Amino acid sequence: MSGPLIEARNITRVLPGEVETTLINGIDLAINAGEFVAITGPSGSGKSSLMYLLGLLDSPTSGDILVEGRSTAGMPEDERAKLRLETLGFVFQFHFLLAEFSALDNVMLPMRALEKRTPAEMEAHAMDLLTRLGLKEHAHKRPDQMSGGQRQRVAIARALANDPKVILADEPTGNLDTASTDQVFGIIRTLVGEGGRSVIVVTHDPHLAARASRRLHVVDGKLAPIPTE
Amino acid sequence: MGLALDIAVTHIRSRLRQTLVGVLGVATGVGFSVMMAGLMEGSQRDFISQLVDSLPHITVSDERRTPPVQPAAEVYADVEISNLSTVDRRRGIKNPLAVISEIEGWAPARIAPSVRANILLRQAGRDVGAVMLGIDPRREILVSNVASKMVEGQLDNLLKASNAVILGARLAERLGVRVGNTITISSSGGKAMTATAVGIFRTGVAQIDDSQLYALTRTAQILAGQTGLINELRLKADNALEARELATRIEAETGYKAVSWQEAHEDLLNAFNIRNFIMYTVVGAILLVASFGTYNIISTITHEKTRDIAIMKSLGLRAAVVRRIFVIEALIIGFIGMGAGFLFGFLMTQALGSLEFRSPYGDATHLPVIYAPLHYALAGSIALGASFIAAWLPARKAASVNPVDIIRGAS
Ligand SMILES: Nc1ncnc2c1ncn2[C@@H]1O[C@H](COP(=O)(O)OP(=O)(O)OP(=O)(O)O)[C@@H](O)[C@H]1O
Ligand SMILES: [Mg+2]
Repeated sequence: MSGPLIEARNITRVLPGEVETTLINGIDLAINAGEFVAITGPSGSGKSSLMYLLGLLDSPTSGDILVEGRSTAGMPEDERAKLRLETLGFVFQFHFLLAEFSALDNVMLPMRALEKRTPAEMEAHAMDLLTRLGLKEHAHKRPDQMSGGQRQRVAIARALANDPKVILADEPTGNLDTASTDQVFGIIRTLVGEGGRSVIVVTHDPHLAARASRRLHVVDGKLAPIPTE
Repeated sequence: MGLALDIAVTHIRSRLRQTLVGVLGVATGVGFSVMMAGLMEGSQRDFISQLVDSLPHITVSDERRTPPVQPAAEVYADVEISNLSTVDRRRGIKNPLAVISEIEGWAPARIAPSVRANILLRQAGRDVGAVMLGIDPRREILVSNVASKMVEGQLDNLLKASNAVILGARLAERLGVRVGNTITISSSGGKAMTATAVGIFRTGVAQIDDSQLYALTRTAQILAGQTGLINELRLKADNALEARELATRIEAETGYKAVSWQEAHEDLLNAFNIRNFIMYTVVGAILLVASFGTYNIISTITHEKTRDIAIMKSLGLRAAVVRRIFVIEALIIGFIGMGAGFLFGFLMTQALGSLEFRSPYGDATHLPVIYAPLHYALAGSIALGASFIAAWLPARKAASVNPVDIIRGAS
């Protein structure tokens, strides 16, 4: 396919209120298939805000975001939800796993919502993903029976459930120790390029960012030149 | 659907105690509702059937609904007529046998002619007003069940003594009259006679037992001072519920006032309607209150699960699916509560129905209860409807959560 997977055209996000807060201020960017993009910037600069916009979780006040060339401006929420379900995968700093469900069930959740596989296929696919992330033995454990690194890997498996074209991760290693961080980051690296998949990672760690193929630096809601460390 | 159901069941399972409280609330509401409805409608039907059995379905009397038009008014339409002295008409239904056979010709009903007279009973210095019905015992059994309501003596005893009377049980009690006693009866026209009590009946309808006595037609005619008088025809319709229509037609065809039992007891039937209205209001309120518990549970769950809702929405689950989760939870509580309530209500109704009451008069009786599928259907659907609404409000709110707000706060 030609053209970028995700394209932002002069997007601005302003929070209404007594004092308007500008989260994102006129950003243009394009994420191409197979890219590994790191978003860096100081705390409060708007990295998460940008990621929510690119991931269709939030809508820009002005400008447009195109997913595979399709404009999402004014798209109804149900359609945006479907687009997220089919083409995007999310990993957050907090794992957000459903506490009452096993790792396997958590990974199957997006597949069941999409209903494109038979139940047996869903289970087999979820098991494959968990196995790949080194969690085969933990498939039937609930989140509270796992370590932080394991939970985050389950969350990654869940993000991969519907074979998304883009993975968006917001400080996925923010809550992890160094060893787990290396492991999780290593895993994320391996996801890049599979079937043209792109990965966008928000991180404040320049060393991790250095491992990406491209780096976007956000300052005050705008793209800025990458500082020299 | 499967996904929403799974999540719903998981939520419910991890809150068994709360769920149980919710189920108990619904079950209590449904149970008491069906019990109350069964009891109230049971007693109502019992009362009405007693009424319908003991009273004639239609009473045709020699009265007219509107006073007869004066001949002068017919002739001089625009003239104001005053100070006319009206003619004293002969009382009673004219040519009663012809009227009876005319009605019998088309109406699905049995007819008995009678004489109704207001009288005064005197016994041991006590005066009690009463209504005498002059009847033919052989025809009477066609229109009333008084023969089967005799507590002493028999209806046919009327034929065995001269001036024989049969009294209502409460009337006899008031007068202190027993079978075999003689009493003095005087009519409003001033005629008096001595009569012998040959029997006592009890219909269970206080109004009748309190003020009615039977005598032969001839006896009543003597008291009324008019031989051959028949001033009332009493009818028993084959179908009691058609009485109103039959009465209207009889009145139209004969010109005599025909009052159906429904018309005669309009007040009572209205009172029943009001009673039912109150009952259904109370029942509705009980069920509504029961659903408050469900609302509470669902609203608690949605608050506890805001994070789950946020992540599900961010992954791409539609708001409708999220709403469905909580509606299903409430319906599960509603369904189980409804089932338990049906059982509970049925058992309570049975228990009530088997209680024995010994009334000061007469035999031990049971509370008249009924088991109407309609009551169950009604209570069940109100309970489910209330559960649905109880879930809908918090579910809608939960489904409208903006995932970014939650995710930002949790990270
Ligand atoms: N709901 C809100 N109300 C007011 N200000 C907000 C709100 N959400 C975000 N902000 C502000 O918007 C700015 C951008 O926030 P954002 O979370 O995108 O920053 P970030 O780069 O992800 O920071 P961090 O590295 O700490 O995660 C911050 O200054 C933040 O305080
Ligand atoms: Mg952030």
